[in-house]
Amino acid sequence: MKKLLSVSLIGLAVAAASSAQARDYDHVRIGVDVPYVPMEYRTPEGDLTGFDIDLGNAMCEEIGVTCEWIEQEWDGIIPGLLSRNYDAVMSSMTINDERRQQVLFSDPYITMPSAWFAPSNLDISEANEETLEGLTIGVQRGTLQDNYVTDNYSSVADISRYSTADDMVLDLDAQRLDIVFLDFPIGQSTLVENEDGDYTIVGEQISEPKEYFGDGFGIAFRQRDEALAEKFNEALATLKEDGTYDEIHARYFGEE
Amino acid sequence: MPDISAWFNDLLSGNLIFTPTTLGYYWTGLVTTSQLVFLSLVIGLVMAVPLAIMRSSRRKWISLPVYVYTYVFRGTPLLIQLYIIYYGVVFFDGIQESFFWPIFREAFYPALIAFTLNTAAYTTEIFRGAIKATSKGEIEAARAYGMSQGLMMRRIIIPSAFRRALPAYGNEVIFMLHASAIASVVTLMDLTGAARYVYSRFYTPFEPFLFVALIYLCLTFAILFFFRFLEKKLLAHLKPQTP
Repeated sequence: MKKLLSVSLIGLAVAAASSAQARDYDHVRIGVDVPYVPMEYRTPEGDLTGFDIDLGNAMCEEIGVTCEWIEQEWDGIIPGLLSRNYDAVMSSMTINDERRQQVLFSDPYITMPSAWFAPSNLDISEANEETLEGLTIGVQRGTLQDNYVTDNYSSVADISRYSTADDMVLDLDAQRLDIVFLDFPIGQSTLVENEDGDYTIVGEQISEPKEYFGDGFGIAFRQRDEALAEKFNEALATLKEDGTYDEIHARYFGEE
Repeated sequence: MPDISAWFNDLLSGNLIFTPTTLGYYWTGLVTTSQLVFLSLVIGLVMAVPLAIMRSSRRKWISLPVYVYTYVFRGTPLLIQLYIIYYGVVFFDGIQESFFWPIFREAFYPALIAFTLNTAAYTTEIFRGAIKATSKGEIEAARAYGMSQGLMMRRIIIPSAFRRALPAYGNEVIFMLHASAIASVVTLMDLTGAARYVYSRFYTPFEPFLFVALIYLCLTFAILFFFRFLEKKLLAHLKPQTP
């Protein structure tokens, strides 16, 4: 009995070891945090759409795999990847060194600055330690914006952290927050262009220092899935060459 | 003093997750959780006593409103109550201009209100049960002494009901501590909020969550200990008498 048990345990261990090897995917599950307009969101009919979604689907088609999008709140998105709830993350994730220690990134597929947004009646023209003093700043928990604001302004301002960008906008509307810090196009489309409220960008778009703002958005994979990342890189290059990328870009951000 | 801080830095060196900064977050979290739970329990207890007396009244128009209140707050999840009180109130027109706004602007007070109303509802029912369970003999004896209804309540029923309610109330206190973990959904940096922050910054679920689980355990132990002490003191007359 004991022998049988140990033999089957070895069998299990071998099976576990082999399944831990990189494998060939014909079905890729991609984790995404929704909504984050215009990168990923749902239409009124309930369909998943956005720049990431369209580009991701085009890449999958190019590679010849089927893709499934799995929704996951942002603050658990990397642990979810590591614990194999999905095989990749394509969710406006900025490539930076801190994350590189955990995951493998594809080539950047878009670069995007961050920016401060506030109600128009907030009377400051630039965000710095003096103007932010005593204000309540909203950020999404675990984002690079969170890290940047926490490291630079936590001594002068209050920081409220939210699981979703939605809740944050709700509290900005409710006047609980004085100012928020998020990806520029998301703030532009959800706050400046799309709200009944009256919001404006404060100061310039920010993409320095690189330590926080990284090298653009990338698709994240588990470290061992190098082959899969390589396939996505090739697909991205092809899509950029044949114009599909530009077409998708124009769909969400207009012509350059 | 420099010795201690040098020792402390040495202890934490080569460690990304337990840095003085993150320990500071856990400390803030512990303070917030303690404040929230302690205040809501105290206020809830003060509310629950008159409510429990009303709830055990034989007059329908007194007991029914309290029944509806406890039914609603015990019948819905605390998380939903918190969402309604935190995100719901901002949809009342003009709340931002009213004098309530300084209270509802902070995340702390809506959470405190939700927790207080919730624990008051449970505590009311615990006390009501204890009041109901007062033995007939005690009431008859009080009547025989010519006590009025109010005096009987004050001298006979309430003191003995408190004692009977003690073990069940100790449970409610522990439940409240654990329920307070949802405060982080409304941006409060309580213990769980601190753990979630460290988790999302360093992508490590085990260290922060195990660490705060340990803190919750210690708090629970302290509460258990306190209630055991109280029970020993207040329920001494119920122990088997050894000559």
